[in-house]
Amino acid sequence: MAYKETVETIAGCRTRVMRGGTGEPLLFLHGASGAPVWLPFMDMLAERFDVIVPEHPGFGGSDDPEWLDNLADLSFFYLDAIDHFGLDRLHLAGTSLGGWIAAELAVRDCHRLRSLTLVAPAGIHVKGVKKPDMFMWSPEETIRRLYFDKSIAERIIPTLPTDEAGQLVLLRNRLATAKLGWSPRMYSPHLHKWLHRIATPTLVLWGSEDELLPAAYGPAWRDLIPGSRLVVIGECGHLPHVEKASAFVGAMTSFIREVAP
Amino acid sequence: MKFYFMHLMPYADLDLDYDQKHNSAWVTLPNDYYDPRKGHALYNRYLDELEHADVLGFDGVCVNEHHQNAYGLMPVPGVMAGALARRTKNCKIAVLGRALPLLNNPLTVAEEFAMLDTITGGRLIAGFVRGIGAEYHVFGANPAESHDRFHEAHDLIVQAWTQPGPTSFEGKHYHFQYVNLWPKCFQSPRPPIWIPSQGSSETIEWAAHPDRRYTYLQTFTPAAMLAKYMQMYKEVARRYGYEATEDQLGWSVPVYVAETDEIARREAKEHIENFLNKFLRMPREMLLPPGYLSLKSMMGVMKAKGSIGMRQSIDDVIDKGMFICGGPATVREKLEEYQSQIGFGHLLSMLQFGTLPAELTKKNMEIYANEVIAPLRAGRASTARAAAE
Repeated sequence: MAYKETVETIAGCRTRVMRGGTGEPLLFLHGASGAPVWLPFMDMLAERFDVIVPEHPGFGGSDDPEWLDNLADLSFFYLDAIDHFGLDRLHLAGTSLGGWIAAELAVRDCHRLRSLTLVAPAGIHVKGVKKPDMFMWSPEETIRRLYFDKSIAERIIPTLPTDEAGQLVLLRNRLATAKLGWSPRMYSPHLHKWLHRIATPTLVLWGSEDELLPAAYGPAWRDLIPGSRLVVIGECGHLPHVEKASAFVGAMTSFIREVAP
Repeated sequence: MKFYFMHLMPYADLDLDYDQKHNSAWVTLPNDYYDPRKGHALYNRYLDELEHADVLGFDGVCVNEHHQNAYGLMPVPGVMAGALARRTKNCKIAVLGRALPLLNNPLTVAEEFAMLDTITGGRLIAGFVRGIGAEYHVFGANPAESHDRFHEAHDLIVQAWTQPGPTSFEGKHYHFQYVNLWPKCFQSPRPPIWIPSQGSSETIEWAAHPDRRYTYLQTFTPAAMLAKYMQMYKEVARRYGYEATEDQLGWSVPVYVAETDEIARREAKEHIENFLNKFLRMPREMLLPPGYLSLKSMMGVMKAKGSIGMRQSIDDVIDKGMFICGGPATVREKLEEYQSQIGFGHLLSMLQFGTLPAELTKKNMEIYANEVIAPLRAGRASTARAAAE
């Protein structure tokens, strides 16, 4: 499906945006690896939605603005972005780091959100559930750990960029991730206190075999967001939207059909 | 040229087969490899060595800071400096530390250094570093903020030392309503500041600025790189309109001197190779967390892929000028050659490294003091006299 790539200036930050499809607007917030390319799941969603995929300030093809210090800054940035795109009502989805941003945004202001989908979101800490340290992983090990089906990882590893521009993007993404999530490691000690403010119908999605953020985090999110629903996708790692695109899109669209017809 | 004994205080009793199970002697190496009784003996042995350096007439002794590793057992170097403050009488004491960005309250460093400076009657040299990348893993400090926090912590400490208190400090990372040191430093207005670095144009640019003129200390680097960075410092100084003095340049290097070249190489081999391949061992992600280096420097490291974690032999490091090893004449000649080419004023010799045992360390120190330092001092004195006449 056709999509357009533009550079928008939002909160003074030149931001790379991919956008495609027709229907109600759906703002998708990417994880720590950025959003370098239009992926198959975006195509599937674009059959029903006007899919908007910005790259976060500090990541990929977007600028690194002076004001960016922490994850709360990005939640306000995306409230500005919603104004910038003139969206009155929208669906919001985020994965991993992007799920954390989406949740921080929703606790601040959810009145324009028709639905919220959080895919293996970072952002909270569950006592007693051991998490690995992704900052100790090499780029190759990171990819292996992200997928349940290791053959996918082995196909991706040889495609890691070796040119200067591509490597610079990898370094920028890693730097921005550290800036936002080094300490405390990928969570805010305050977010859990305010998740009850989310009045939007919320779907929490998790891969059953997530090696980065264990699926045991799913029930904790479900219990903290009133009325939210948890769906676990089997034989799937940290990136259900990539590893199990059809199941992911199916779960998300049927949830949205039900809660926001 | 001034001569210092730099110590890392490694856990020399480390089971060297640890690397069959673990990928580093840092951060994640389980601390059941550490025996407190052996630690007790090592600490006291190492302090004896530094105290002996004062008796042998070294210009100074240097302690160092690293955290949660077997490479260097001085997480709080001020404890060692405090122990040395009363037992040494003449030598300078350089604390090289302190890793400022790791700290939530850098005023503790301003206080600690002021105390050491006062007890020693002004023998303290104050070091400021960012720590190596591994330190950010163990302290939880954000490496992406490392440069920023270093500069701000430095500004805070220098303000505390040089501006009559009470003042206040409002930074981005540090905020204090009251900055009012008791005690103040003994040296007026403050101790000399040294900036150890493994080589960074950003650091040189900052240290050479006319407001600072700090001593830039190149640590454990090939001689060719040393020459390049020292030259860079001199050029930056010239651009600012002044000539850098010898006092602004220092070099830290492991040294082993014995009766002959052959004996020196034979005695040092095992211990320097343990230092290189066992104690320094760590994966790239541990050494270089995101943001520790600027993106530009990091791209340079990516290009030089493969140089991290390669096994090194004694000949590799001797050839590159990263290790000075030989009989007294060889060591004197090399040091004179480097000094006259490069023009540094402070030579920090690491006379214990890796597993080098007490007897060999003592012999190394004594031959170095008597047959290297003494003749080089006499030689420079007569050259200076000749120049004056």
